[in-house]
Amino acid sequence: MMRRVAIVGIGFTPFRPLSPEVSYRELVYESAQRAYHDAGINPREDVDSFITVAEDYEEGTAIFDEYTPDQLGAALRPVHTITADGLYAISAGYMLIQTGQCEVVVVEGHSKASNVLTPSYISALALDPIYNRPLRFHPACLAGMEMARFLVETGTVREQCLRVAVKNRRNALLNPLAPYGADLTLEEALASPPAFAPLSEVEMSRSADGAIVVVLASEEATRRLKGHPVWIRGVGWCSDSPTLETREWGEAVYAHLSARMAYRLAGIRNPAREVHLAEIDDTYAYKELMHMEALGLCRRGEAGRLVEEGATERDGLLPVNVSGGSLGMGHLGEATGLARLAEAVMHLRGDAERRQVKGAQTALVQSWRGVPSSSGAVVVLGV
Amino acid sequence: MPLRWTVNEFRGTPLRESDIPEGRVLSVRWDPNARYAWDAGIAIGRFLQGLKEGRILGVHCPSCRRTVVPPRIVCENCFRPLTQWVPLQDTGTVQTVSVCYVNWDASRRREPEFPAVIALDGASPGCGILHILGEVTPQTVRVGLRVRALWKPPQERTGAITDICYFRPL
Ligand SMILES: [Zn+2]
Repeated sequence: MMRRVAIVGIGFTPFRPLSPEVSYRELVYESAQRAYHDAGINPREDVDSFITVAEDYEEGTAIFDEYTPDQLGAALRPVHTITADGLYAISAGYMLIQTGQCEVVVVEGHSKASNVLTPSYISALALDPIYNRPLRFHPACLAGMEMARFLVETGTVREQCLRVAVKNRRNALLNPLAPYGADLTLEEALASPPAFAPLSEVEMSRSADGAIVVVLASEEATRRLKGHPVWIRGVGWCSDSPTLETREWGEAVYAHLSARMAYRLAGIRNPAREVHLAEIDDTYAYKELMHMEALGLCRRGEAGRLVEEGATERDGLLPVNVSGGSLGMGHLGEATGLARLAEAVMHLRGDAERRQVKGAQTALVQSWRGVPSSSGAVVVLGV
Repeated sequence: MPLRWTVNEFRGTPLRESDIPEGRVLSVRWDPNARYAWDAGIAIGRFLQGLKEGRILGVHCPSCRRTVVPPRIVCENCFRPLTQWVPLQDTGTVQTVSVCYVNWDASRRREPEFPAVIALDGASPGCGILHILGEVTPQTVRVGLRVRALWKPPQERTGAITDICYFRPL
């Protein structure tokens, strides 16, 4: 019999383009206090292991994991850092509890993207140094190339992608955490200048600073904690081959396979019907459509039409990125998946205020690790 | 079974050192352009402001009763917020030191450097500041040495750890 694992606490800062008055440690501390208060735990006594996500190049510090314990209350405690999106840490925490080694696990992710002065150059360091990087194109061109192939293969049109940007920026208007809310119209979006055509500027998320801390607990532990457990029903993750020359450009196979793993654990057969709320990667507007299809929320080539029909609006049949997504909340680097997980938890608790998706009982959260990656993770939550 | 035999010719591709600079063995070079500007934040920001004013500020934890430097927003022992600021002396005792003869590029130094942790007067025992010792030699430096900060002139201070030139014997 598998142990059940719940999310019993979430804490976050607002997400902002800049945060000059606080250090990353102070951002994390703020979120950690909120999460521990939410869960009703003392991190110095009640937590068996801590997992953080961070990328040395994003932090500007090698072996960055050494700097994670103090502000989390994790000094002299078991801690490890994963160089991947926060949903991978949720999966690791889920497994630590499943094994019976741990009863309570804390997961942390943060972004201080504003402190990176050469973000495109850092991103370029993710390209193969020998046969890709010397060509010196901007790494976001890979998103333009992926979008071009996606449009051709699925018959999706550019206007449908722009509708994703319009929807998510408008959704963000109701999210007090989101800095990029805008009352954007399709006409205004159509006028957005090309960046990495077919990708235009308005379809690209901008970065934000912030931190998220999540407390996981075994079913036994939830009984002695206050609050409202949200169950982790399934987790999955997957990496495609990194080779740009031979990868699948028109579809997100990594998302399809990680969802399959998570759905199997969650016992989900028809995600389009069983998922009430999806918080999925929209680093670029077309990615939301590509991911909807890969995650089985619709058939291939259908996502664009669903957006057009309003099915993915907050009050639609399948609300997608009610939070505003990365287009509305800002991209938080490896903390992105945790921000979206926190949003899903709020809906499942009935705490999402004006954004609340009524009657939401099952939520899908998915992350992608950005260009040039073809990897990501999926978490299915339920109450 | 005999395990020795005579080799007349080593097969494979012989590699000379000159083959690499002369391009017979291929490699690709890249100099990363990785630049950052880290927000100092509340605790370290105030610490740096103190240095600019010629003061070393620590924080006191009422829960574990430690006074520590550099300041931090939260006590890593107690997970309680730290809000009591304490000015410390700029004198202290060498807690530990190394005599460093090697540079970042692995070249040898004729004159060694002396990175040290200095337990500052006014902070809790064992709680110190990491800095450089000056006006010492390998013969005179030792754990337990009493030292004092040598400050840059006020107009040259920028709010950085280097506003203290080094610590020197009292
Ligand atoms: Zn303390």
